[in-house]
Amino acid sequence: MSMHIMSAYDEELKYLTRRISEMGGIAEQMVGESVRALVNSDLALAQKVISDDTILDEAERQIGEKAIITIAKRQPVAADLREIMGSIRIASDLERVGDLGKNNAKRVIAVAGSGIPRKLARGLEHLAELALVQLKEVLDVYASRSPEKANSIRERDEEIDAIYTSLFRELLTYMMEDPRNITPCTHLLFCAKNIERIGDHATNIAETIYYMATGAQPEGERPKDDNTSTLGAVKD
Amino acid sequence: MNIMSEAAVEKALDQKMNTVPYKMIGKDVSVYYGEKRALFDVNLNIRENTVTALIGPSGCGKSTFLRTLNRMNDTIENCRVTGKITLDEDDIYDPTIDVVELRARVGMVFQKPNPFPKSIYDNVAYGPRIHGLARTKSEFDDVVETSLQKAGLWNEVKDRLQEPGTGLSGGQQQRLCIARAVAVSPEVILMDEPCSALDPIATAKVEELIHELRSNFTIVIVTHSMQQAARVSQRTAMFHLGNLVEENDTDKMFTNPDDQRTQDYIMGRFG
Repeated sequence: MSMHIMSAYDEELKYLTRRISEMGGIAEQMVGESVRALVNSDLALAQKVISDDTILDEAERQIGEKAIITIAKRQPVAADLREIMGSIRIASDLERVGDLGKNNAKRVIAVAGSGIPRKLARGLEHLAELALVQLKEVLDVYASRSPEKANSIRERDEEIDAIYTSLFRELLTYMMEDPRNITPCTHLLFCAKNIERIGDHATNIAETIYYMATGAQPEGERPKDDNTSTLGAVKD
Repeated sequence: MNIMSEAAVEKALDQKMNTVPYKMIGKDVSVYYGEKRALFDVNLNIRENTVTALIGPSGCGKSTFLRTLNRMNDTIENCRVTGKITLDEDDIYDPTIDVVELRARVGMVFQKPNPFPKSIYDNVAYGPRIHGLARTKSEFDDVVETSLQKAGLWNEVKDRLQEPGTGLSGGQQQRLCIARAVAVSPEVILMDEPCSALDPIATAKVEELIHELRSNFTIVIVTHSMQQAARVSQRTAMFHLGNLVEENDTDKMFTNPDDQRTQDYIMGRFG
């Protein structure tokens, strides 16, 4: 896109883009580390994730403030306005991703003592890998602003949902086998749910990017394959 | 009870906008100043009881187009207009049309307030007097009061109607000019950058006035302020180098315009 007549305006928009990319990098790292801490019972790493969260909180605040000032000064319209509103929304999604990573990290302490079955850890790792790929790709799309790629990410959230549902069933089985598993498995269930939510935030970001690029909302319902809300319900 | 969703209401309003009848129709309008062509086959229709904003960089032809709508270009030597412009069903460039009559139906407000060097009262009474719209003293009093009220100026000037119009502040003078335009009950009011010489408060008052006048008049406004176009109009037309580039609902124009040139212009980017 061509440059603004006032170059300071371009600088302000570039600042937002740069900060969002930074936030994305930190969020990605936090999620990866939180799962590694969980699987390896690494308390020090978990502690690092917990303290890193404040960086994201601060970045979101700064992006919000810069956006408000830019709106007040420049009265942006059309693509510029969508760019700024999109930055605010993406920053808040990334901040939430950080929170979810932090929450997983906090559960490391509770789960650490009980020794997670290898198979479960694998499932969780796999789920996290998918969510991370999703997050990484959406950040790449943010850099390229390709509406087609944003749309394809949105369609892939289904896979994460499906694995989450199978993990949910597996955890239930462990809990039924031995009540002593209930505490760690419940924590793991929350962790799995957190990771699934990270996938949802990546999808939100993809939708925001699509809107920023085109000015239209992506068409159709978001694909869903998370059936856990009704799992175990008595069927008529 | 049938409650419409917000989206349904929006859609209905849009459709309503699309069914608003045209007050003026411009077909293949071109304007030449001597050898120089200033407008290229512009097709632009003006909807009834709607505020239509004309935007575009300096020299793009928006004021030229505005002035074709009440034949103000007639006053410029070697200016030639081709194409067809109708007001309701009447071709306004038909040789049998009385131009004075036309300008009573299509009034105009200019960039710089230009009150006559007369009293406030006579400024407003002038139009009705030459068009024979009022006869007795009480009829004149009536039209002066209602016009000043419509222009939101009555309360500020009612105790000094005999003072000169030129003694008012800039914003008041502009509203006096609007009262003067309104006094002859025009159908269409053309405004050529009516707020460019006014401070923000006077601008807000004029904008509020445009908003109110819309229910009785069809308004076409040329403005250099994008924010003003976004605030006061329902339709926006973008001109560039003598061409009409895009005409669209104002909401669409300022969130997601169709044309790249519109996009660059309203965002303040290099085209």
